Formats: sequence, structure tokens, C-alpha cells
Amino acid sequence: MNNMKITVKDLNLYYGDFQALKNINIDIEERKITALIGPSGCGKSTFIKTLNRMNDLIEGVKIDGNVMLDGEDIYKDVDVIKLRKRVGMVFQKPNPFPMSVYDNVAYGPRSHGVKKKSILDEIVEKSLRSAAIWDEAKDRLKKNALGFSGGQQQRLCIARALAVEPEVLLMDEPTSALDPIATGRIEELTEDLKKEYTIVIVTHSMQQAGRISDKTAFFLLGDLIEMGDTKKIFSNPDDKRTEDYITGRFG
Amino acid sequence: MERVDNSNISQASLNMKKSKSTVLWEKFVEKIFFISACMAIISIATITIFIFAKGGPAMLEIGIFNFMFGTTELGGKVYLWQPGADIYHIITMILSSIYITLGAIIIGVPIGILTAVFIAEIAPKWLVKIMKPAVELLAGIPSVVYGFFGLIIIVPMIYEAYGRQLKGGGNSMLAAIIILSIMILPTIINISIAAIKAVPIEYKEGSLAMGATHIQTIFKVMIPAAKSGIFAAVILGIGRAIGETMAVILVAGNSIKFPTSISDSVRPMTAHIALEMSYASPGLHENSLFATGIVLFVFIMLLNIALNFITHKVGE
Ligand SMILES: Nc1ncnc2c1ncn2[C@@H]1O[C@H](COP(=O)(O)OP(=O)(O)OP(=O)(O)O)[C@@H](O)[C@H]1O
Ligand SMILES: [Mg+2]
Repeated sequence: MNNMKITVKDLNLYYGDFQALKNINIDIEERKITALIGPSGCGKSTFIKTLNRMNDLIEGVKIDGNVMLDGEDIYKDVDVIKLRKRVGMVFQKPNPFPMSVYDNVAYGPRSHGVKKKSILDEIVEKSLRSAAIWDEAKDRLKKNALGFSGGQQQRLCIARALAVEPEVLLMDEPTSALDPIATGRIEELTEDLKKEYTIVIVTHSMQQAGRISDKTAFFLLGDLIEMGDTKKIFSNPDDKRTEDYITGRFG
Repeated sequence: MERVDNSNISQASLNMKKSKSTVLWEKFVEKIFFISACMAIISIATITIFIFAKGGPAMLEIGIFNFMFGTTELGGKVYLWQPGADIYHIITMILSSIYITLGAIIIGVPIGILTAVFIAEIAPKWLVKIMKPAVELLAGIPSVVYGFFGLIIIVPMIYEAYGRQLKGGGNSMLAAIIILSIMILPTIINISIAAIKAVPIEYKEGSLAMGATHIQTIFKVMIPAAKSGIFAAVILGIGRAIGETMAVILVAGNSIKFPTSISDSVRPMTAHIALEMSYASPGLHENSLFATGIVLFVFIMLLNIALNFITHKVGE
């Protein structure tokens, strides 16, 4: 049952001379939600971006170690375009393109060569439904996506990511720019999504990690301090530093 | 504790100073700004009034429509511009201006935008370090040098390309178009680069994160997001092309006749004014040149209005 979707082995990452990730080893289970927690600057975003190679965009990044997706090394065996199709990403700040709702969701499939209107229509509807925004979006498909509220925009971005049918969904603080109600909707949504997708989520909210995740990994200054079942991490962590952070006795 | 006290003292002394000389100084600086702003407005107003005062009556005397679009037929011959006989029609100059500007846009805009994309997104750093100053240098070259380059290089090439058949010896609409295409490049490239660079990085990341390629990201997300800036670049390019005079005089041939082919010798409005002004006799001849200036002025005004409209509308 415990299928490992992503296996990270001895991962080190440097921004120039600065080492942002130190010898990270993590297994990410298929169709589970893995939460990454830790104080600001500990390398959560850096780590999550290594999983779909978004760090390639940054100049002067050096990476060693292995990131295996279904047993293939994503830095060696997999084409980066195909990788990002399989491992989608939702960002901290909702970033819909300045185009219509429909075009936003259809963007990914079109980039991957889907041209037929009927197929695109189907994908758009399905993705919007999966992201729980169909009801709000269905009458505004031709309207500019920037007219949506922040929470709607973020669900639209999730729909957009789902439209290319990824296997893994990376979310870097997807609710930090949202109000509690919009946050609640996204949290419910992740519960649904994990039936089909493997989810890795960065969050600053202990409650959020506790509510939605199956596994939790605690980072500190580029080190992975501890990883395990969320219940265990929150009730009975092995490491003193994890406990300090979770109970709020930490910076 | 001491530090806090210190900062309080300096704060207090700052406030004191402000109440005396600072206020005077600020008043003075405001006046300087105001006078500078007035200079610009007064210059524009003076030029406008001057052109309209001199050209307006001439235009009315000749007849606005007749001046801009008419021709005179005498004994089976069509006359366009015979100051001696008080025949003033600038339809060929208007057409020439429009044609060479359109031609320059057709060639210059795609090249300019693609170059901007290349510099802003694709080129490696070391190449950008060479290309950006090169483009800036291109902007700084005086137009007479462009004209000279056109005369020495482009015109003979066109002459050869047409099998040495051209009466104008290669001085032609095509030569003017080529030179203008090059001259508008810096404007289009620099402004387009700025527009592309201003596109939020989040759009680019969002696109790439879905597995779109860099090129798809550029053409499907970044350029559309930068379109109002790129439109502005194109309009400023048009403005530059339609107003250019010196380089055009040197290569266009300057014949007053209807342009029918790209190899024809043509005389656009700017060249017309500059060429005749030196010897035009005071009176209707000279004033008809100011009237030509009015037409040119109105063209540029329309472009500016279009620019304002586009940057406000498309930017939404
Ligand atoms: N492009 C970069 N160049 C150099 N250093 C960087 C870069 N991006 C991040 N860093 C550094 O790497 C470390 C980890 O940053 P990262 O953004 O991964 O932290 P984070 O855990 O996501 O923090 P936050 O919770 O504030 O988002 C920080 O010390 C940061 O300053
Ligand atoms: Mg972060």
C-alpha cells in the first residue's frame, strides 16, 4: 500500500556559496498529503521547487543528490517539460494569467498540443469542478480571470494546474494570501484531491498542517529535522526542536 | 538610552530648521519647477500658433480639400505643385509619407519586437551586454549619418538589384523604407524590452510550472501581458518614421509624383518642407509649406491620441 511517489536522496542545494538544503532525505507517499513546516528561511520553498525543477530558473543554483519520481531521476532521466506536466505547482500568490478564465485553464492542455474545442471544453469543466470553482466560474468563462477574488483566483490556479492532469501537486503556502473562509475551501479541496493526486504543501499554519496532512516534515536552517506521520509529529515528536517549533516556543 | 536621547535632539533641530530656511528653499525650488514646466508648454504653444497662423490662411485660400487631396488638370496634363502658377497639392507627399511609414513599420516592428524578446528573455548575459549598448548607440546616431549610409550603401544596392534601370539611380521609396526601418528599431526595441521586463515573474513561473516551454511562455503569456507597452513602442516608432526628414531627403529621390511602385522616387511631407523652405518666396508658396506642416502636425497629434487611448484601454 505504501507506495513512494517521490524519493529524495542526499539532496544538497546551493545558491552560489550559500547552502540552502543540507543532505535531505525524504520519501513522499503516493496519494497522501505531505506538509512541509519550519520557520521562515529554512528552505521549504527551495525544497518544494526542487521537485519540479523550478529552481532551474534561478541563476547560480547548484544541486547534487537524487530526486526520483516513480524511480526515475528527474534531474537526469526526465525531460523537464514532461516532468512539470507530471508535477504541477500552485504558488503562494494566486497568479492567474491576464486572460479569460477559460483560456487560463485551457492554457496547459493547449501548450501540450490539445487543439480540439470539444476536448478543451471538457477538460476546462472537469478541472474547474475538481477545483471546486465550477459554480462560480461557469457563467464567467469568457471574463478576465483577474476579476475573481483572491480565493477564487487561487482555486482557478489549482484548476489550471489540474488541467494538465499532473500526478503530483506542489503547493507553496497556497492559502497565506487568503481569508479564513477561502482557506477553508482550499483545505476541503485538498482532502478531495488527495484521492487522485499526491500533494506536497508548504504551510506556516500548524493548524493547517495538523488538519489536512498525513505526513509532516519539519525543516530548520536547511536541515530536515524530522519527518513522520502528522499525528506523531504533533503529539509526540522525537526531536526537541520540532516540539519547540510546534508549540510555538520558537522564533 | 543615550542613543534615544540623541535622536530626539537631532529630530528637534531638524524641525527647527524646517520652519525657517527650508520653507523658503522649498518655495524657491517649486518656482523653478513651475518655470521649467511653463517653458515646455510655452514652446509647444508658440510653435503650434506660429504654424497655424502662417499655414492656416494659406490652407483656407487654397481650400483644405483641394490642398490635401486635389490635383489640377491643364491641357490634359496633371499638375501637383507649381508655385509659379499658384498650384499647391500635397496628395503625393501625404501618400509618400504614409507609404514609407507603413513600409518601415512592416519591416521594423517584427524585427524590433523579436530583438526585444531575444534581449529580454533569451540571450545569454554576455550577449546582452553587447547588444543593449549597440541598440542604444543606434538610437544616438544622427539621422544625417543614416541618410549618408543609405546613400552610399543601400541606394546603389537597389540600383543594381533593379538592373540599373531606375531613373532615380536607386533613390526610392524602398531605400527610404529600409533606412527608416533601421532608424525606428532602437525605439521599438528599448520600449518593448521595458514592457517585457515589466511582466510579473509570477506569470512566467505559472506558465513554466505547467510544462509550457520557454518559447510558448514568451508568446502566449509574456507578450500578451506586455501588449500595451509594445503598442506604445510601435506608435512611437511610427511617430519617428513619419517625422524623419534628413535621412529621407538623402535617399528617397524627392520627385513630386504619385508613388506607384516601391522603386519610385518619392517626396514625403517632411522632405518637401525642408527642401522648399530654403528658396520659397514669401507669400502663398512659403505659407503653403507651413500648411504642409499643419497636416504633418495633425498626423502626429492623431498618433499621440492613439497612443494615449491604447495605453489606457489595453492596459486595463
Ligand atoms: N534566489 C535565491 N538566491 C539566494 N538565496 C536564496 C534564494 N532563494 C532563497 N534563498 C535563501 O535560501 C534560504 C531558504 O529560502 P526559502 O525561500 O526556501 O525559505 P522558506 O522556508 O520558503 O521561507 P518562507 O517561509 O519565508 O517562505 C533562505 O536563507 C533564503 O535567503
Ligand atoms: Mg517560502
